[in-house]
Amino acid sequence: MKSLAELKAIKDRMKDKVILREGSGDVRVVVGMATCGIAAGARPVLNAFVEGVTAAKLTDKVTVSQTGCIGLCQLEPIVEVHEAGKEKVTYVKMTPEKVETVIEKHLKNGKVVTEFTVADV
Amino acid sequence: MKELSLNILDIAENSVKAGASLTEIILNEESDTLTMTVRDNGSGMSEETLRSVTDPFYTTRTTRKVGLGIPLLKLACEQTGGTLTITSRLMTASLPGETTVTAIFNTAHIDATPLGDVISTVVTLIQGHPNRDFYFLHKKGSHTVELDTRALREVLEDVPLSTPDVLVWVRENLEEQYKEFII
Repeated sequence: MKSLAELKAIKDRMKDKVILREGSGDVRVVVGMATCGIAAGARPVLNAFVEGVTAAKLTDKVTVSQTGCIGLCQLEPIVEVHEAGKEKVTYVKMTPEKVETVIEKHLKNGKVVTEFTVADV
Repeated sequence: MKELSLNILDIAENSVKAGASLTEIILNEESDTLTMTVRDNGSGMSEETLRSVTDPFYTTRTTRKVGLGIPLLKLACEQTGGTLTITSRLMTASLPGETTVTAIFNTAHIDATPLGDVISTVVTLIQGHPNRDFYFLHKKGSHTVELDTRALREVLEDVPLSTPDVLVWVRENLEEQYKEFII
């Protein structure tokens, strides 16, 4: 059983890390989670980002968060990537499979996956 | 919506947007009846707003939470012969508001939408809103699955609930509770 004792162990392990991490997080991945996004499949997309970013050990650099309706409901699930000093990148009609590619190419190696961005769809 | 768990996520996201510090999600299954309750202590709605939330064509910029969410849930329960009820009390200077959405489904009906992945819904809510509290309870006969972020917060102190390791713990904890649950 996943006990509270195990949760306590996570806390003890994370405590120092949290302090270190404050103020960093240069890249922000934002997933639209309004009715339009949820109905189009935003939940598995969001979870793929949370799990993928953790698995790729990018959590010090990348934060994943949620927002409301981005205003292009027909292109949901929409994911925005905000990076300090760079123009915002908007990925549309996302799927968990596309998320893998975005993590690998964009978040890890800094190359925008243009075939998934709003201009090209 | 392909899964009721997505409707739950949608309604609960609105609770958060309405400023709720605590959102309770309660599922109760008794033979072929599923009762889904989402209750929050957010701003609440006026009687006038409450009357129009089930109308898909009622939407104004100032009430962005009104749109297709509630009409889709209403459709999902009514197509099984069930009902949707919403009660609400607007917040006052001294009291928080309260909104309760209760949806009743006949799960044996051919048009019943599957409940789907409720674990992902709970994890998604915690991930997106680590500073709000969520209480989740799923009852089926003598089996219960329960999670209260207030209890987790006590253990975690100032480590955020959205920490990836914590989210994994939440998912695995719920999966283990569900193992005994589904017969």
